[in-house]
Amino acid sequence: MEPGTELTPTEYITHHLTFLTKPIGDGGFWSINVDTVVTAVLLGFVGFGFLWWVVRGATSGVPGKRQAFVELCVDFVDEQVKGIFHGDRKFVAPLALTVFVWVVLMNAMDFIPADLIDKGVVSPVGGHFWRAVPTADVNTTFALALSVWTLMIFYSIKVKGLGGWIHELFCTPFGSNPLLWVFNFLFNLVEYLSKPLSHSLRLYGNMYAGEIIFLLLALWAATSWAGAIFGVVLTVGWEIFHVLIVLLQAYIFMMLTIVYVSMAHESH
Amino acid sequence: MNINLTLFAVAAAFALFIWFTAVFIWPPLMRAIESRQKNIADGLAAGERGKQDLAQAETRVTALVNEAKARAAEIVALAEKQRNATIDKSKSEALAEAAKVTQAKLAELEQEIARAKEVLRNQVADLAVRGAEKILSREINPQVHAELLNKLKAEL
Repeated sequence: MEPGTELTPTEYITHHLTFLTKPIGDGGFWSINVDTVVTAVLLGFVGFGFLWWVVRGATSGVPGKRQAFVELCVDFVDEQVKGIFHGDRKFVAPLALTVFVWVVLMNAMDFIPADLIDKGVVSPVGGHFWRAVPTADVNTTFALALSVWTLMIFYSIKVKGLGGWIHELFCTPFGSNPLLWVFNFLFNLVEYLSKPLSHSLRLYGNMYAGEIIFLLLALWAATSWAGAIFGVVLTVGWEIFHVLIVLLQAYIFMMLTIVYVSMAHESH
Repeated sequence: MNINLTLFAVAAAFALFIWFTAVFIWPPLMRAIESRQKNIADGLAAGERGKQDLAQAETRVTALVNEAKARAAEIVALAEKQRNATIDKSKSEALAEAAKVTQAKLAELEQEIARAKEVLRNQVADLAVRGAEKILSREINPQVHAELLNKLKAEL
């Protein structure tokens, strides 16, 4: 920053809410948020690499503390799936585990102060922008929700057959009278649209809001020493509360994933 | 909030991670957990079986001990009876033997007495005869007086 130029609160927040976007080809849609993708993939490697490392050394005898922890998480997810989805869990349970672990890790990036990443890592290597919370990027949550949505339609067709699925689109929930086909279809259309939207926007909204609140609280540091201390106190409070949000949102995202996939298995 | 290629990049990563979890993480861990569950269940069942076996063995041991006690008591009672019988038998045998010996001794004594009496009688008869000879100063003919002498002997 040039000496003498003041950084306004708006500039500060906008700076932290700007993605590191690289155009691929024409730009616009054909561009990629490098920060989101790199952080998400790295967190995936860390999370699933850790699980793989533990599972590779897993024993069916007395487990170590590390294995016990992993088993605790896996068993927790398995229990949730068991409670909702009645069928072969060979794919659905790992799907739920993947969603839970990955979303928890991505949400948890919020605990690292944005300025620490910015001033500590990004600026020294000559970067300008880096948003560290992939789930505060609507692309990420849409990617997850639309993947689940695709799986939902895939399982719907797989279980009921293409004919059965189309029949369900037009003949449920009101009945199979031809006069009701339009209403049935509209109803189902709304349902099919609202599912991925609510699924993805809930997570996105929570994480985005959390991020903005951290940034707003950080602005207290610009007022005075007393303001800085007050800001620290508030930030600690929000951070503790945010632990709940991070885990709860990941849990909700996982549960909705299971619910949607299991609903696709049921005939109406 | 603009949608761009990031969505597909993250979706691809998501698919990859789902595949990785479903292939390399979930199945081996579940196998480990299930095999442990089986081990624990087997162990509990074995413990239960062991407890039952122990209870059975204990009842059997109690039965055996009771039987052995009863047998021992029986044997002791039998031995006592036999001992008493043996003592009684020896006692009666000893008494019989003693009686027999006493009898024999008595008979012998009686014979002895009889013999002594006979000898005495003969000697007395001789003395009497000799006295009578001296008195009569002549020899008495034993053949003639045998009857007389025998009568005399019998009187003594």
